[in-house]
Amino acid sequence: MHPAFSVIFLTTLIGAAQGLFLALFSTQLYSELNILPNVSESNFYGIGAVVALILLGAGLLSSFFHLGHPERAWRAAARWKTSWLSREVIVLPMMMAVVFVYAVMHLGGFDSIAFSNNANINLSSSLFLGMFGVIIAFALFLCTAMIYACIKFLQEWSSPLTVVNYILFGMASGFMLSTVLTSYFSLTDHTEFLGNWAIILTIAAFFTRSASLYRNSRIKHKSSVQSAIGIRHNTIKQTSQGAMGGSFNTREYFHGKTAAFLKSIKYIFMVLVFPIPLLLMFIALDSGNTAIFAAAFIVQYIGLLAERWFFFAQANHPQNIYYQTV
Amino acid sequence: MTQLALIIDLNVCVGCSACVTSCKEWNTSGPAGFMSDDNPYQKDPNGTFFNRVQTYEVGEFPKTETVHFPKSCLHCEEPPCVPVCPTGASYKREKDGIVLVDYDKCIGCKYCSWACPYGAREIDEHQKVMKKCTLCVDRIYDESLPEAERKPACVLACPTNARLFGDVHDPDSHVSNLIREEGGYPLMPEWGTQPSNHYLPRRKTRFTIHQDELVRVDNPLNKEQKQHHEPVTSPTLDDNSFI
Repeated sequence: MHPAFSVIFLTTLIGAAQGLFLALFSTQLYSELNILPNVSESNFYGIGAVVALILLGAGLLSSFFHLGHPERAWRAAARWKTSWLSREVIVLPMMMAVVFVYAVMHLGGFDSIAFSNNANINLSSSLFLGMFGVIIAFALFLCTAMIYACIKFLQEWSSPLTVVNYILFGMASGFMLSTVLTSYFSLTDHTEFLGNWAIILTIAAFFTRSASLYRNSRIKHKSSVQSAIGIRHNTIKQTSQGAMGGSFNTREYFHGKTAAFLKSIKYIFMVLVFPIPLLLMFIALDSGNTAIFAAAFIVQYIGLLAERWFFFAQANHPQNIYYQTV
Repeated sequence: MTQLALIIDLNVCVGCSACVTSCKEWNTSGPAGFMSDDNPYQKDPNGTFFNRVQTYEVGEFPKTETVHFPKSCLHCEEPPCVPVCPTGASYKREKDGIVLVDYDKCIGCKYCSWACPYGAREIDEHQKVMKKCTLCVDRIYDESLPEAERKPACVLACPTNARLFGDVHDPDSHVSNLIREEGGYPLMPEWGTQPSNHYLPRRKTRFTIHQDELVRVDNPLNKEQKQHHEPVTSPTLDDNSFI
């Protein structure tokens, strides 16, 4: 497929935002259950939620550039019963609404204790909103990934690994981003907690992405030129494709780069997403330097842009069988 | 239920592209608006088409056969492009099974074109909506036209009768008979899309001619010779019997 940068930015930005929100919620849950110390900086959750909201908004804005008629985008909520894209269009604003209310509760001081017991556990009402947000965040991961995984003849995408990768990549980058905030606010225990989870999630993503790369490298495509035109002969050569100067079919479904370029992007993202951010995260956790936490997140995010580009470029659409000779 | 479809006979298609041009002519002048072109008369001509004719060479030289292969929307019975549409702009008509796009609802997200394994949909680069074959829905029900002309433009244009139009759900229709009796097949059956358009394969019509069918001879089976006997000179049993 031809990778569209609007979709690449959409999926990576909202993935990081959802991961950041999950990181904020985890921190709040652990703090309020007294597993981690209480967050001393009162604005941490609020500012974190604002950052997540900005990322979600940037992703939403980016998605509009993919549309031919952005002014009709509201119509896209109509077919949620059948279309994963429509479901995403509904769940993404829900996610933004939850994150917005979460930010307002923390920054505006509207939060209150909703539950407390004798063991000195006080759960705030924003935590209960956060639980709802967790469900929405995972639903959004599912919707985003299923847009690609549900097309069965795009065999590179049509796998549960697609969903797993979207979840793990989003969470890994979001947790990386959260360590920048905790480090900035000098929340040492929380930085360690979130940093360790960022490492675990990145390593987990390494294994699942490697699994999908392995799966895709030995994939056997079901369609052939024989099934495409229905002629049972081993030697079929296309001599014309019905258009002299190319067409939508030759532009939309092929990345237009050489196999060597495709391979180089694979190596680039495998280096930028996994070993470098992990190394930087180890160094940052050791030194506590906010800039190194930020570097780890930025390097991984750039790697994820390359990863998403490769994800689209690698998918071989069966219609390409009809367009072998320009 | 009716399912209108095209039958494309690869045995007689000569690849003249008359279907392509008449499709473009009819649909670019239709009520749904023009089908935009870029550089139509210059280098790298580009444009929106509902129907294109491709050419394949089957076999190894010199034992090859050239197959012209017209490709347009197959109006699948299970169209994968329809459920993925987020707005409902892409739909399949209950009445006659035609898969259509509502150009006023389409947001141009191109997701339906990703979900079509045949590459039958093309975005109009200027109107920014997805376009595809309509089976000339603005023509086949037009009662101001003579009944013989209420057919898709491509079908009327085909000089070799390689394109046929009819209801493939009616077992007695001409197109259903052709599918049944001439080996009509769907494209990429492995994806379960059940295309309504069918293709008829190349067919060889052969009959054997014997030498005696070419050269006229008298009494070709020599029947008299087999029955010929020498004249009998001696008395026979008949000569001696009086009863």
